[in-house]
This record gives sequence, C-alpha cells and structure tokens, in this order.
Amino acid sequence: MSEAEMPVSMQFDDAAQEHEAATLGMWTFLATEILFFGGVLMAFTVYRRLYPEAFSQAGHRLYPWIGTANTGVLLFSSFTMALAVHEVEGLARRNRLVRYLILTALLGATFIGVKAIEYYIDYREGLMPHFNFHPVEPFEHPIQSQLFFVFYFFLTMLHATHMIIGIVIMLFYVGRTRRADYAHDLRLKIEMFGLYWHFVDIIWIFLFPILYLIA
Amino acid sequence: MSELQKTIEPSPPRRLNYINHDWSVASWLWPKDHKRIGVMYLVTITFLFFLGSMPAILIRLELLTPKAHLVTHDIYNRLFTMHGVTMVFFFLIPSIPTTFGNILLPMMIGARDLAFPKLNLASYYVFLIGAILAMVSLVYGGVDTGWTFYTPYSTTFSNSAMTPMIFGIFIAGFSSIFTGINFIVTIHTMRCPGMYWSRLPLFVWSLYATSLIFILGTPVLAITLLLLAAEHAFGVGIFNPALGGDPLLYQHLFWFYSHPAVYIMILPGMGVVSELIATFSRKRIFGYHFVAYSSVAIAILGFLVWGHHMFVSGQSMYAGMVFSVLSFLVAVPSAIKVFNWTLTLYKGSLVLKTPLLYALGFIGLFTIGGLTGLFLAAMGVDVHVHDTYFVIAHFHYIMVGGAMMAYLGAMHYWWPKITGRMYPEGWGVFSAVLVFFGFNLTFFPQFVLGYMGMVRRVAEYDAHFQVLNVLSTAGASILGVGYLLPLGYFFWSLRWEPKAGPNPWNATGLEWQSPSPPPELNFEVMPTVNGPPYDYDTVALHEEGIKHV
Repeated sequence: MSEAEMPVSMQFDDAAQEHEAATLGMWTFLATEILFFGGVLMAFTVYRRLYPEAFSQAGHRLYPWIGTANTGVLLFSSFTMALAVHEVEGLARRNRLVRYLILTALLGATFIGVKAIEYYIDYREGLMPHFNFHPVEPFEHPIQSQLFFVFYFFLTMLHATHMIIGIVIMLFYVGRTRRADYAHDLRLKIEMFGLYWHFVDIIWIFLFPILYLIA
Repeated sequence: MSELQKTIEPSPPRRLNYINHDWSVASWLWPKDHKRIGVMYLVTITFLFFLGSMPAILIRLELLTPKAHLVTHDIYNRLFTMHGVTMVFFFLIPSIPTTFGNILLPMMIGARDLAFPKLNLASYYVFLIGAILAMVSLVYGGVDTGWTFYTPYSTTFSNSAMTPMIFGIFIAGFSSIFTGINFIVTIHTMRCPGMYWSRLPLFVWSLYATSLIFILGTPVLAITLLLLAAEHAFGVGIFNPALGGDPLLYQHLFWFYSHPAVYIMILPGMGVVSELIATFSRKRIFGYHFVAYSSVAIAILGFLVWGHHMFVSGQSMYAGMVFSVLSFLVAVPSAIKVFNWTLTLYKGSLVLKTPLLYALGFIGLFTIGGLTGLFLAAMGVDVHVHDTYFVIAHFHYIMVGGAMMAYLGAMHYWWPKITGRMYPEGWGVFSAVLVFFGFNLTFFPQFVLGYMGMVRRVAEYDAHFQVLNVLSTAGASILGVGYLLPLGYFFWSLRWEPKAGPNPWNATGLEWQSPSPPPELNFEVMPTVNGPPYDYDTVALHEEGIKHV
C-alpha cells in the first residue's frame, strides 16, 4: 500500500474506506442540522401564517442592505473555502491553503462583526425582546411583532453560533497546518470541514429572504 | 479454531483482551475502544436505572392508600417527573444501543471498531454531562411538570428547577445524535467481506432503524428544548398564548421526537429478541427479510403518528383521523415481527435458558402492549381513557414488558461475551420468572383501573380503586426483587462462575467467532462471511457429527 492508500485510523482497511466513512458521516451530521434548524423554521412559518400583517410590519424594521452586504461576505467566504479545499491535495502548496483558510476565517469574522453592529442598532431602536423592546415607532400589533423579533434573534444567533464554532475550528486547523506533521488526516478533515462551512452559508441563504426580504 | 492456533504458536501465558490489555487510568477514562465505552455506558445507565426506580417505589407506596398520606401533591408531581425523565431520557433511550449496540455492532459486522471512535467517546461524556445536569436539577428540588414539559406550565407557571433539567436533556440528546451517526456510517461502510445487507444480523438492522430515528428525531427535540429554554429564561412568548404563542405547537414539536423515541426504545429490543429466538430455537429465523424491513418500516411510520398524543388537545378532528389511521398502520410491521418470531419458535428445538425466557416474555407482553395501543389509537376510545392508568399500563407493557425484558435478555445472552464468564443459570431462570410475574401483577391491574377511570399523575384516588392499587404495589415489590437479583449475581459471576469460552450458546454470528472477552481489535483473524445468517441447520448437522458436503 502506498502512503496515499493507507488509512489514518486503525479501524479502517484503506484510505478509500476512510474517505467514504468521513463523507457519509459529515452528510449525516448535516442532515441532523437540517432538522435542527427545520424545527424552528417550522415554528416561524406557523406564526408567519397566523400573523401575516404583524410579521410583515416587523420585518420592515430590519435593514435589508446590511443583510445583503453580509450575504455577499458569506458567499465570498464560501468561495475561499472552496479554494482551500481545492488546495488540500497538494502538499507543496501548503502556504496557499493556509492563506485561503485565514481569509475564510476573516470573512466569517467580518460577518459576525457586522451582525453584532446590526444587533446594536436593533437594540438602540428598541427592537430586542426582553432587553429593550420599546420600538421608536410603536407597532400596530406589538405582541405579535415582538414574536417576529424573538424568532429573528433566535435564528440569527443560532446561525452565528454555528459560524463562531466554524471559525474556531478553522483557526485550529491553520495552527495544525503550519506545523510539520501536516498529514493526510488533516487533509481529510479540512475537506469535511468545507462541507460544514458551505452548509452554514446555505442556512443563511434561507434565513436572509425569510427574515429580511419577504416582509 | 483455538486448538488449531495452539499447535501453530505457543500461546502466551495470559491472553490479552480488551479489559486487561491496559489498566492505566487514562485508558479507562478516555478509551476509544467501542467495547470499553459500551461497558462505561452499561455501568452508568445501570446506576441511572436504579436512581429512576426510587421515585417509582415512592409512587407505588403512596398509592397504597386512597389519600395522599406519604407525600404532598407537589412532591408527588416531582416524583413522577423524576421517574419519567430518568427512565425515558437517561435509561430507555440509550439502554440497548449504547451498551450492547456499542459493544456488538462492530463485532457483528466484522469490523475492528466503529467508524468514529472519538465521536463515540464524546457521546459518552456528553451523555454523562447531561445526566449530571439533570441530577443537579434534582438537588434543587426537581421538576414538577411531568416528563413532557408541556407549555405554558413549564415556562410560565412551574417554579421548579427547569433550567438545568432542560439543558441536561438538550445535551444528552447530542449523545444520541453522535451514536446515530456512528452506527449509520459503520453499517454502511465497514462491513467485512461477504457481509451483505441481506446477511446482516437482525440486531444490526434494528440498530440501523433506531439510528435513523436518532438522527432525524433528536435534533427536533433539541431545538424545541432550546426554544423552551429561551422562553423560560427571557420571558418571551414562543409557546405562551398570552404573548401570541401557541402551546399546541410545542406539543407538535415535542411529540415529533418523543413518539419516534418510543420506537428508539423498542426497536433495539426487537432486534435482541430476533437474535435470542433464532439461537435458542436452533433454527434459521423465519422470514428474515420481513423482520429486517419491518424495523425500517416502524422507524419511518413512527414519524407520522405523533398526533395521536393530542387527540384531546384541540388539534383539528381531521388531523386526528389521519393520525389515528397512521397509528393503526404501525401495528402491521409490529405484527409481522411477532408472527415471524412465533413461526421461528414453531417446531424449533427450544433450549429454555434465561435469555429465551426473557424473549418469550417479550413476545407476550409486547403483544399486549401493542394491542392496547390500538385501543388508544382509536379516537373515540382515547377520549375515554386519555390520561388514565390505561395509558400508563399500555406504555409500561411496551417500555418495561418489552424494552426492559429485551435488555435483560441481552444482558444474559451476551454477558459471557462481554465478561468471559457465565452467569448462574438457576438464579437467572428464577429472576426471569419473578420479573415476568411481578411485572404483570404491577401493570395488569392498571389496565382495569384506567378503564374504570382512575386518572394518572394524581396522588389520591377513590376508595373503591384501592384493592387493585394494593395488588399493583405488591407486584412492584416482586418486580423490584427481580431486578435486584441480577445486579447481585452478575457481580458474583465475575469471580465465581466458570469461564465461558468463545461460543457458549453454539450461536452463529461473527461476535461468537472471537474469544470471550474479545481482544482489543475484536478478532484474532479478521472474519469473512460465506453463508446466510442464522444458519442453524448447518450448525445442527455439525453438532450431530454428520459430514456436511
């Protein structure tokens, strides 16, 4: 067996089996994530149908241009992540891999930063339930509109948590990549991590229109 | 085979196995070996089982008399909640998959370990943290909402220790998810040469079906509990009608997981029973494909029936009708299993050892539990018996009469494999009989009580229900002895019982081709499979000494 065909972990017969197991494992995990977000998206949809007017009015208080800018940042980070995964194969091009990973992490951090500023604006405008819910312009249906913001914060914070976990893992991989023992288990891991990162982006692609646009 | 090996190479003075190859503390705290993790789970959930039965003892003592003499109503609420939460989330759901599934799944398909050993270890510690958080909630006085945490009671009105309890269950849920991912990937990618899907042991099929529910159901419970926690912590109205929320939505989300969770508890038990019946009837399992596919069918149908918990909660009548019909449908794959087991037993050469006694008990009790489930799936009958002891008796026939019997059967059947020692057969038979009679005496009267109208979750009842309640409490004490006996003799057997040898039951199945206890990487020679599963006809020919050509 050549080095490329050797599995990293002893429970596998060869690298092909290990790769297959890792891929299936990651996709199965993403399936659980879809149901995780699916539960709360279902609840949101139920209330949107119950209170269409209140939800529409509440949605108008968000800033679509901030959301659009953040969507752009996130899509670009998916692109750099794809480039990083593309670089994974060649051992010689380790520097480029590190560069793309750091760029992806920076773009992710930008998204989180923008989101934090947006939360601050929402807070100042009295749109944050429990902490400060005294809208500058009062709502026609205050209770139902508050429900919209509960879901807005719940969904975006859940998404942001996934991003922060992703950034931490990415920085961890950068550290590992820079070390000498950069080996093929890390290559496999970065490839799988790429799937996770794209998935988190896709979640945002769903959140952005339902929260910002269809108001 | 072992004799053959002896002639080839001088055997070492002490054969190394997964238990004794490394005694360092770190190797027991952070094992990656699926068998050690399984043993850790076994110890933990056994403890949690006895912890969860303590409130049940107090409940049965309280119900000896019609008036609430022993505990106050508030304490009574906390007792049945603790019993339900501990037994459902911290014993029954992890019980068979994380112990016997963990230990046996890789061995049964001829693999060296699960696909992701670190994830497996993480699942154990995540489970432990979840269990500890739930215990913290108990220290702070417990929770009084019942194990279902219905809103707005749990979020607005309950003044008990909700937060650690919710997070405990939320975190423990990830242990289910990790286990589910691990099992699915292992079964898909790590079968040894010749182990086709159509040759998988039926226990593996049932674990596959269970894992499907783990990965598709548990995340929904997790997000529901997170929403509940947000509402509880910040006083926002996700499920609170006063703040625009819909309490029924909580019930939909909760039962979307928690009804399939019932099949998480019973499906692995069904897999165990298939193994036991084939082995102890000395016969090929009747209708292998039907038994295998019915596990998957139960897992899929299980996701479509949750509304039958809500017939009287105000969901639309038409939704109720659909859920009622779908619930009836679950009876079809369940009955397929029961008929196939019965036909396997028919004209088999039965060996009446303890595991088979538990399997026979399972068939009878599961059938009663399943058939009374049909009563409850009928909307008209459900209105009458909803929230009565009829429901209690029904699901205990499935959970205790089914899942728990299978768990004990599995314990006796695979104990020699896991520990290398036999268990005392006489005591085993005695306690199996005790459990069977104790169980029926406890729960059969509750069918009658429920039908007569005794409601659940209340510490007091009408005086004319007392005779049946006394019978039930008497049965519970017999059942308790039946559970304590195995705890004693299993420990005893570790030292005093004879060594088991690799295959004490003369069973087929790859796990029996390995020494007991198995070596660290499961097999001395990695196996291949050349024949159908449960090929007891061939085994019988060999036993009779006839050369099979």
